[in-house]
Amino acid sequence: MSTRQFGARVQRNEDDRLIRGKGRYVDDIPLEGALHGVFARSNVAHAKITRLDVSRAAALPGVLKVYTHEDLGSLDMKMPLLIPHPCITHGRTQYPLARDEVFYVGQAIAFVVAVDRYVAEDAALLIDVEYETLPVEIDLRRAAEPGAPLVHADVPGNIAANLVQESGDVASAFAKADHITSITVHCERSTAAPMECLATAARWDEVSGELTVWDGTQAPIGLRGALASLFDLDEHAVRVIAPDVGGGFGPKIHFPYANEVLVPLAAREFGRPVKWIEDRSENFVHMTHERLQIHDIELAATRDGIVLGLRDRFLHDTGAFIPYGIAVAQVASCQIAGPYRIPNILVEFSCVYTPTVPVTPYRGCGRPQANFAIERAMDQLADELGLDRFEIRRRNFIQPEEFPYTRPNLIFADGLPVTHDSGEYEQALRALMDALDVDAFKADQQAALEQGRYLGLGLSFYVEGTGLGPYEGGHVRVHPITGKVFVNTGLTTQGQGHATVFAQIVSDQLGVAVEDVIVVEGDTGVYDWGVGTFASRAAVVSGSAVHKAAVLARKQLIDAAANMLEANPDDIELSDGRAFVAGSGVDGVTLAEIATASNPLRYAFNKAAERATQFAPAARSDGPPLAEGAHPGIEATDYYAPPHATWAYGVHGAIVEVDPMTYGIKIHRYVCVHDCGNMINPMIVEGQIAGGVAQGMGGAFYEKLEYDEDGALRNASFMDFLIPYATEIPHVEMIHQETPSPLNPLGIKGVGEAGTIPVAQVIASAIEDALRPLEIAPIRKVPLSPSLLHSYVTEAGLRK
Amino acid sequence: MTETTEFEPNALVRINVEVNGRAVSEEVSTRLLLSDFLRHQLRLTGTHVGCEHGVCGACTVHIDGTPARSCLTLAVQVDGCSIRTVEGLANADGSLHPVQQAFKECHALQCGFCTPGFMMAVAGLLDERDDLRTAEDDSIREDIAGNVCRCTGYMNIVSAVRRAAELTNEKG
Repeated sequence: MSTRQFGARVQRNEDDRLIRGKGRYVDDIPLEGALHGVFARSNVAHAKITRLDVSRAAALPGVLKVYTHEDLGSLDMKMPLLIPHPCITHGRTQYPLARDEVFYVGQAIAFVVAVDRYVAEDAALLIDVEYETLPVEIDLRRAAEPGAPLVHADVPGNIAANLVQESGDVASAFAKADHITSITVHCERSTAAPMECLATAARWDEVSGELTVWDGTQAPIGLRGALASLFDLDEHAVRVIAPDVGGGFGPKIHFPYANEVLVPLAAREFGRPVKWIEDRSENFVHMTHERLQIHDIELAATRDGIVLGLRDRFLHDTGAFIPYGIAVAQVASCQIAGPYRIPNILVEFSCVYTPTVPVTPYRGCGRPQANFAIERAMDQLADELGLDRFEIRRRNFIQPEEFPYTRPNLIFADGLPVTHDSGEYEQALRALMDALDVDAFKADQQAALEQGRYLGLGLSFYVEGTGLGPYEGGHVRVHPITGKVFVNTGLTTQGQGHATVFAQIVSDQLGVAVEDVIVVEGDTGVYDWGVGTFASRAAVVSGSAVHKAAVLARKQLIDAAANMLEANPDDIELSDGRAFVAGSGVDGVTLAEIATASNPLRYAFNKAAERATQFAPAARSDGPPLAEGAHPGIEATDYYAPPHATWAYGVHGAIVEVDPMTYGIKIHRYVCVHDCGNMINPMIVEGQIAGGVAQGMGGAFYEKLEYDEDGALRNASFMDFLIPYATEIPHVEMIHQETPSPLNPLGIKGVGEAGTIPVAQVIASAIEDALRPLEIAPIRKVPLSPSLLHSYVTEAGLRK
Repeated sequence: MTETTEFEPNALVRINVEVNGRAVSEEVSTRLLLSDFLRHQLRLTGTHVGCEHGVCGACTVHIDGTPARSCLTLAVQVDGCSIRTVEGLANADGSLHPVQQAFKECHALQCGFCTPGFMMAVAGLLDERDDLRTAEDDSIREDIAGNVCRCTGYMNIVSAVRRAAELTNEKG
């Protein structure tokens, strides 16, 4: 009997290759005779280009060409605005190469193609650019004020989009309230910093007329669509492959980046493979950023702490362009009420242009900011009403019997109203309180204080709409020769373990070993229906599609095996790569034999194939070799389109100690209670959470892109932009809760972004609790550097 | 300006190195990085380049038995040296090195990009410390703080270091 693989801690199928140094990242693909591209980028934030002379660069031996916008022909066009929305009144996207104006430091101006990267980089330095600089305003708040310097001369007020959504009746709620709490919070701009930067390689095949592009993308099918459109090619003539990708975390969902246009263009022009591999400093000023938002949030509550209404107005920094639409701001706005019932919500945001790198989703996609806003406000409300922080949350939770809980007119990123599908919020909070032993902690805190040590406890409850549509597909086929199962989706994987979890799902249906399921994704030449990897959706949407396809393939196997074994289909069991009559003690037939026999053959290319040839007794029948409507082999495709997002949630808590002299922070405990529905592989789920928490720690303490007032990015390297090392990350204790989602056949909710969302609030809340005796000013900003903390305490001293 | 013609950036020098136990004699440009030499000239692409400024550790290889950043080393500097890369970590019969085994067992890798460099650093650590099996988390964390991983949050890498020490001990 096979054991159920769904839910098991199965080791990963993908690891063996990766630990042997046999990964296939874009720069590892052997491309004989490849040319190398390097971009020349703007080093000023906003300017007219008054002179652009590439002649010295072009003359350097080894340089084949230096492209400027004038060389792009029909490609010298604005790149698409990928997610249109009616509220985007002033949508601006960039050209592959700047024309007469640059809008941020890092914008591509020219593209050098040379025999190797060293020469290409030499040449890029020889490009002469003269600028007439224009005034800039980097500060988000000031950029949105009247009279601020404009990023785009024809966009008044720097406002790209403005959206107001109201659910319920907020004015009445505020009129009825006993108490109103209002705060302003500020999250800084950051970058995902995947270990592999962006990378593109392309080969144009003169013979077949096919363009093959290897690209570190999260959306190969979308990119294929864009390239076919831009280059005016039939879809089948463009193949996009996302091979191994060294981390994604969001920004690789965006396309087309300039490299995704210029590299294929050069490959076609020179009839040779071309490669462009982004370096780290370039990644900082080129790959999209996220996170800078300023929220003004107000809660209207009864004196018992029941929140009747919420009003949030926020500014979202979209950088110099808005290629991914309002996605980040919209996701933030829909998560603003967290797990709380809050029946009346007004949320308004403006997407503001600043002369900086464009903004698209980074792990969390607006949720960390929304979580910081609502949870900071809940802490403040508890404080003002003299209520316990746990208790005020408990009083406001959506209760299990209230699901599905819809927030009418609050439209989420899937175009549908927010509907929380299921959850046990109070149970999760209770689990955290038990794990942290809150009462015992209060005693410890007091005892520590008497010794001059400052301990604090913080918490944050988050919800996450995951598993967004529109749909994904799954394709399952049993290989007739080996009996292994070949599985495809339209996704890509950047480390999430798809080759294992999808294999587990298929294994349960077809009775094959997990390691005998081969999952191939990220290649439009193999499978090209679907959307991509984002929004914690792979397990939910593709997992469900793969499951549905596997159920169909299972039925085909059972029917065919019943035929071969002359048995009743109901008696057929699939296990250990075979089909047999249950309880018969007979070996039955292998999956390879079934798949071979299901494919009428002429040629006996191996021993098993003999049975399927036309004169073999098993293959004889009166009708045509394939019955009407039948297909050869064991193969099925199915799709899953979620009715709406499924809502994962959880609560994190920490106990920290703050050194009152250095403001160094020691995290004594970090506990994470989470619910992502049924877990396919708890080991992988825990890995996702641990990694998410680490990125959250980065956001809480370190990760801030420092633009100076002229718009230069001051910390564009791993020396200066701090990301956590092992020494900065605590041990994370995890408590799993599994409330199946009613929306999909496997009861799954997404988990990819979960770990990142609540961390900043947990830390802020814990530090505030620790330094309460010093009357610290309320923490309203992350990341929390020691100097920022010092200023919060000094500010408190000055207030006295 | 004619400065670019006044030096020979692509002047070639012959170097003799041992790479994963194999003698290699190659002509390299004087400014070629060791990481590029390994990856593009020898096609040992298991060594990855994460930052090209010596911070992230993804490009770690062993030079004469000691972990080093191949992105901060010129190929000409390793003339006469012995280099070991991730491709040389497993045993000749294909069986995994304890670090590889431990990384797999402990789910200490996700995207796998930092993994080769991380494993080379840990392999060096195993040579250096014989108390890892029972070491505290904090002390292991200190010792692996030369490498960045953006996926795992390090927790499982800490477990893998301890597990690798156990496996080494069982073997030895």
